[in-house]
Parts: sequence; C-alpha cells; structure tokens
Amino acid sequence: MAQKLLVKKPESFWDIYERKPGEDKQSTHYCPGCGHGNVHKLIAEALDDFGVTEKAILINPVGCSVFAYYYFRCGNVQVAHGRAPAVGTALSRCNPDSLVICYQGDGDLAAIGTNELIHAANRGENMTIFFVNNAIYGMTGGQMAPTTLIGQKTMTTPYGRNSQNEGYPIKVCELLASLEAPVYLERVALTDAKHMAKARQAIRKAINNQINKKGFSLVELLSPCPTGWGVEPPDAHKWIEENMFPYFKLGVYRDVADQREPIVRAKRIMDPKEVIEKLSLDKIGLESGGITSVPIDKYANPSLKIAGFGGQGVLLLGEVLAKAAMIKGYEVSWLPSYGPEMRGGTANCSVIIQKEKIGSPMATNPKVLIAMNRPSLEKFQNDVLPGGIIIYNTSLIDIEPSRKDVEIVSIKATGIADELGNVRVANMVALGTYIGYTGLLGREEVLKALSDSISRKNLISLNEEAIIRGMECAGKRV
Amino acid sequence: MSKVLIKGNDATVLGALLAGCEAYFGYPITPASEIAHAAAKFFSLLGRTFIQAESEVGAINMVYGAASAGQRVMTASSGPGISLKQEGVSYCAGSELPCVIVDIVRGGPGLGNIGPEQGDYNQIVKGGGHGNYKVIVLSPNSSQEMCNLTMLAFELADKYRIPVYVLTDGVIGQMMEPVEIQTPVKDVPDKKWALKGTPETAPNLITSIYMDHEDLEQHILKLDRKYKEIEEKEVRYEEYKLEDAEIVLIGYAVISRILRTVVDEARKDGLKVGLLRPITLWPFPCVKIGELSEKVKSFLVVEMSTGQMVNDVKLSVNGKKPVHLYYRVGGMVPSTEEIIKKLDEIK
Ligand SMILES: Cc1ncc(C[n+]2csc(CCOP(=O)(O)OP(=O)(O)O)c2C)c(N)n1
Ligand code: SF4
Ligand SMILES: [Mg+2]
Repeated sequence: MAQKLLVKKPESFWDIYERKPGEDKQSTHYCPGCGHGNVHKLIAEALDDFGVTEKAILINPVGCSVFAYYYFRCGNVQVAHGRAPAVGTALSRCNPDSLVICYQGDGDLAAIGTNELIHAANRGENMTIFFVNNAIYGMTGGQMAPTTLIGQKTMTTPYGRNSQNEGYPIKVCELLASLEAPVYLERVALTDAKHMAKARQAIRKAINNQINKKGFSLVELLSPCPTGWGVEPPDAHKWIEENMFPYFKLGVYRDVADQREPIVRAKRIMDPKEVIEKLSLDKIGLESGGITSVPIDKYANPSLKIAGFGGQGVLLLGEVLAKAAMIKGYEVSWLPSYGPEMRGGTANCSVIIQKEKIGSPMATNPKVLIAMNRPSLEKFQNDVLPGGIIIYNTSLIDIEPSRKDVEIVSIKATGIADELGNVRVANMVALGTYIGYTGLLGREEVLKALSDSISRKNLISLNEEAIIRGMECAGKRV
Repeated sequence: MSKVLIKGNDATVLGALLAGCEAYFGYPITPASEIAHAAAKFFSLLGRTFIQAESEVGAINMVYGAASAGQRVMTASSGPGISLKQEGVSYCAGSELPCVIVDIVRGGPGLGNIGPEQGDYNQIVKGGGHGNYKVIVLSPNSSQEMCNLTMLAFELADKYRIPVYVLTDGVIGQMMEPVEIQTPVKDVPDKKWALKGTPETAPNLITSIYMDHEDLEQHILKLDRKYKEIEEKEVRYEEYKLEDAEIVLIGYAVISRILRTVVDEARKDGLKVGLLRPITLWPFPCVKIGELSEKVKSFLVVEMSTGQMVNDVKLSVNGKKPVHLYYRVGGMVPSTEEIIKKLDEIK
C-alpha cells in the first residue's frame, strides 16, 4: 500500500503489466518524454474518480499506443488502423451503459481514419475520443502525419513539409466544429503544470459527458514525441510551445452537453414470442394447399416471360400470379430483370409454376409470353417455345405476332383498364386473361394473392374487377 | 402449410432476425440493397441496431465492434463493397470474432455491372484479406435457403468464433420464392470472452496482435486446428441423381438450379448425368468429389466466372478424371441449352 502511494499508480492500471512481453513488467513501453504515458495516466485517474473502470472499453488503435491494453484494467479491444470510431460506434450501440473510449494518434485519426471519425462524430455517437496529436507517425519511424507542421522535417518530408506538395496541417477540432452533433471539442497541451491541469479537466469532462449519455466528445492533446521530432525529452515542451501553439490554437471549440438531451437507445426485442408478435410472423403467411384441379396438359407447368415498359406493373402481375400459384400448392419462382433498364425502359420478369421442385428460374425460352407493349413483343416472341402462348396487349401493340406455331391471344388490356377507370390495371386484365384462357388457377386464389400483394387497400376492388374482366374476355378473345 | 413469397435478399434478413441477430451495419449497393432496406425496417421495429454506415470499411468495423460486444451481427454487400471489407474480415478472423457477411455477387472487375456473376469466389473462399485465415462460406440457391443458411451461418459463426459468409449471386438475391417461416432461435450462446462493460468482462482483451513471433505462430496454429475441425465436421453438399452418373455437373447458387434442369433434360436423351452442389464452398466437398472421381467418367463445372471454383474441383479430382469448364460472365447466365451442348461435346 505504502509503495502504491509512492508511485501513485491509478487503480485503473494493472499493478503489474502481465500482458507486456519481456522482463520489465513495471514501466511502460513508451520512449522517455513521450506524451502517451501522461495521457494514459490522466485517463486512468479519471476512470478511478468516476468509478467507471469496469464499465470502460478501451479501443486500442494502431500507433505507438497499440499496446495501451498492457496497462488498463478495463475491457480492451485492438482494432485496425483508423477504424476505432466505427468499432466504438457498434460497441456503444450494443452496450449503451458502457463507457467507450477511442484512443487515437494523428495518423490513425486524421489520415487513414478520417471517414470513420467524421461520421461517428456526425452521428453523435455516445463515445469519447482522446486524440493524441504529436505531429508525426511515431510508431513507424517518424513519417509525416496530417498534423505535421509546415517546414517540419520527417522521414517522408526530408526537406520539410511543403504546402504545395503536402497541403497544410489538419486542424481536427476546427474541422469537427463544423458538425452539428458533437457536444464537446477541446484542444489542450501536455506541457507545463498549468496546461496539464487543463488537460486533466478536459479528459474528465469528456468522460462525464458520456456517462451522462450526452453524445460525442473529443479532446485533442498536443503531445510530445521527442523520438520522432529528434529533440531531447527536456526540450519537447518548448518544441510544442514554439511550433504547435502558433498553429494549433488551444481552447474549447464546442461545449454544449448541458443543452442536449441524453441519448436513449431502444430496448431490444429478443424473446421469440415477442418477435413473432411484433413482426406478425404468425399472420403474414399464406396457406398453400394441395393442388385440387389441374389445367389441360399443354397449359400445365408453365414458364412465363412477362414484359412491358416500366410503370405497366409487369413485376406485380408476375408476383400476383406466382403468389396465387403458391396458394394453390405449386412450386413457384419469380425473377425480375433488375437494374438501370427498369428506370424508364422495359421491365420483365420470369415466372415458373410447376408441381415439381424448380430448377432454373429463368424463362429464357418461355411457354408463355405476356407482352404489354410492342418492344416486348418484338424482343421476346421468337423465344417462345413452339406450342406455347403469346398474350399481347392490342391497345398498345399495332402489329401482329409473327409466330405461327403458338397460340395467339389478343387482349385490349389498356383499353379495358381505361374503361374501368385506370389504365394502370391493364396488368391485371392481362393476368385475368391468362388464367381465364388456361384454367391454370381459380378466381379465389388469384384474388387472395392480389389482396396480399397490394398495400393500398382502396385499390383492391378496382384490380379485382380488372382480373375478372380479363377472365371473361379470355373466352371471347377480345 | 403457411408460406410467404419473398426475395432471397429479404429472406436473409428474416433468417437473421430469427437467429437473434442484434445489429446490422451496411452500405447500399445493387443487387444487395433490399437487404439494407429490410434490415432498416425490421431491425428498428425490434429495437435492434441498424446503421447505414459511411462505407463498407465503416460497416465491417462496426461489425467488429458488435461482435466484440458478444452480439450476433451481420453486414451485406456485393463485390466492390466486399473488396473494401476484406481488411476488417481479416481482423475479425484474427481476433476470432463471429459475424455473418452476405455477398450478393455482381459483375466485376472494377465497377463491372449489377448483373449476376460469381466472380467473388476467389476473394471470399480463398481469404481475400491478409494473413493465414479461413472463413466458412455457405452458398444458398433458393429463398428458403437464404433464410435457413443465414440462420445456420450465425450458429456456425458462434460455434467456431469465425466469420461466416453467405455467398450467392444476384439471381438468388433478386428472385422471389415461397419461404416457410422458421421458429426464432431461443438460446443464443452467452459469450464470456466478449466486452460488455461489466465487471465480469473487464479483464477481457480482444486482439489480433501478437508481437512475439512464437506467440503469433501459436495463435495461427490454433486457428489452423480450428479450420481442420471445420473441414472434418461442416462440409455440406446436395446430390442429385448421382447414383449412376457418368458425368458429374458441379455448380453453386443459381447455376446449381440450372444444372438440375440440365440433368433432367440430358437424362431424357439418355445421358447419365448427375449433379453435385457444394453448399459449403469452404469447407469444400473435396472428399466427396475425390470419391466420385473413382467411379465417374468426367466432371463439368459450370460457373459465372472465368473459372474459379473449378480449381478446387481439380484439386479434389487430383488428375484422375477430366474436369471440363463452361462459363458465362458479365451478367450473362448460361442457359440449359448451352450447357447441354457443352455436354454433347464432352460426353
Ligand atoms: C492499414 C495500415 N497501414 C499502415 C500501417 C502502419 N502503421 C502503423 S502505426 C502507423 C502510424 C501511426 O501514427 P499515429 O497514429 O500518429 O500514432 P503515433 O505512433 O504517432 O502515436 C502506421 C502508418 C498499419 N498498421 N496498417
Ligand atoms: S516514438 Fe514518439 S509517440 Fe512513440 S513512444 Fe516514442 S516518443 Fe512516444
Ligand atoms: Mg502521431
């Protein structure tokens, strides 16, 4: 105990760093004069004081602080370079009552990880980021960081950072201050006692904000890297004051936690019974019964290509047909053409209906073509199998199918739909025609499928009428 | 029997919800976007987490985070997005984090197109990210399997602490078929190793870094033992009319559906053809194919890539019998007629 008081090691650190390889389990792996050790200590003390060590999950970045988990007696996760804010996002959402701390260097946070940083900040994730800005890549041997100063020599700016080649150092607090969501942004420096006291305060505030579920806080700490800068440890503070202070202005860039409501996350529904209820899983299914009646052989087990222009509802036609066949007890598949061609151009789908398990879902050579416009007839009529059927919409198609070896069924689908009051139900007229002509399905299952497929219930009766008209016309060959 | 007619993409979300998946993170891309749409709707309804991430890199790292928290988690994408996720998948594998990743493959390379393809086989089945790792790859070929194999994916992911892919093509993702709704999983395993911000889990560390060379070697060997166990226990495939087959057709996802039709058609012409469909692409059914190579005349692999899975078939056959390849790419799906023509050439 006495010894503990002497070294004043925070409780949030392990007494002995068992995770650290090698003989020395007492001191850190950082260089003399490095700022990381100081930041660790300030964080550990704050965790102690708030009594939240065991709630804390520390996200270890890639950089000199990759081994922060050697020291912290809390949950630890090591993540890919720059991705801490994304990982932290999920940890915070999944454990809303934990304390998620991202610890990141300038390369990690402001170069490779800018995207993750900005979006986590912009979502206002309930997390705390401690951003150690040492104007250099320490771990990899002193290369330029996004925060490297103009003129500063590094391994990759051997003649000094040149704004024309490397641009200017990124000011992270100022950048994030342009976002609405963050509640607290402050830049502090690890230099003399006065500045250290400010840093301590800032770290506490950022942690406290998260405990109060106020959202996203970031503290930027200007931190010495004597090794990377090539200066003696005692001169490092002076280096910060002379080189970093003029460019990276210390201060508070945002502090609005007081004005924000705590973030509330929904309670998860995991209980199977509740899941079934909430998703209506016991209600959405359709009974699919044994096939009671079958059409004559040549109309049995059809494969269909249903085509028209986008907006004619050919996909819905196929869906209602497939669903009705499913209710009847058939195996069915429905495959749309998807992608840009759907936008403005033609749309089509393949529907397969059969008693046996379905192999290929593509109706490359269909038994039935339902063509709602002329390009569709022209494009697909030669694919239809001999002995098949072509149903075509004479309202919009002013040519006759050229095929002589198939059954041709003409229907004024759009015209009839127009008579019914809406040209958009031409698809259902065509559907009615097909089932009326072949006797593949009955009225009952088709109407059931229709009402399951249409979300706007006031449109159901019109669509029903269209199907029935189509069925009636099928015999008459309108 | 009660069924719903839904797209493969929607069925995978249904499977995830039934499997107790608590979080979804993704970035939109055709032909996988319906997965994000359905997840946005239903995860939120159940108070579970849905985030449209800033990128696939963000999404997979959120997956890493949720998996670290010990929760069942998934993401979905297509080729270009999967390429971006590979870094994170390697980290998940290294840190032994269970998660489910769905890939609805489209045309590549580059932006390619949004048509169905199978060109992601190598980047997924062979690793894709850096380092020595493997992932379980399940390949559904129907809406029902999109649901059921997604559920299985979560189970295997937890059982072995491993990322599991659900890999299929644009056709299976976009196609609607009847799906029988399964009962929700009751007991999702509690993960003692996870990070939950509690006293019990505070000593836990999740990491893929082992600075000491010997330690990393031991870690990799441990992973490798796990992979061996999976190879022994988790191979899944479907056979169709293989008993007397002289030519074995091999294909996965939509191709396996087309090949089923080919088998029936070719048999009408007296050709003794059968189908082997790998359901797990890793572990691959090498042993089964090796056995078949003792008794059949030849193999015909059909792919929507210029020949990726065929290499695994060749390794399994080990030179004993000819292995032929037929393929279409770029969004073109081979027709039964084309394949039957190829069969006539090689018979
Ligand atoms: C994807 C990837 N690219 C590059 C690296 C190599 N790398 C490790 S640490 C680092 C820079 C870290 O610099 P910084 O974040 O400033 O941390 P510091 O060491 O200065 O604290 C780089 C580039 C890596 N590990 N992963
Ligand atoms: S290189 Fe710099 S940042 Fe890294 S430990 Fe040494 S002083 Fe610290
Ligand atoms: Mg740095």
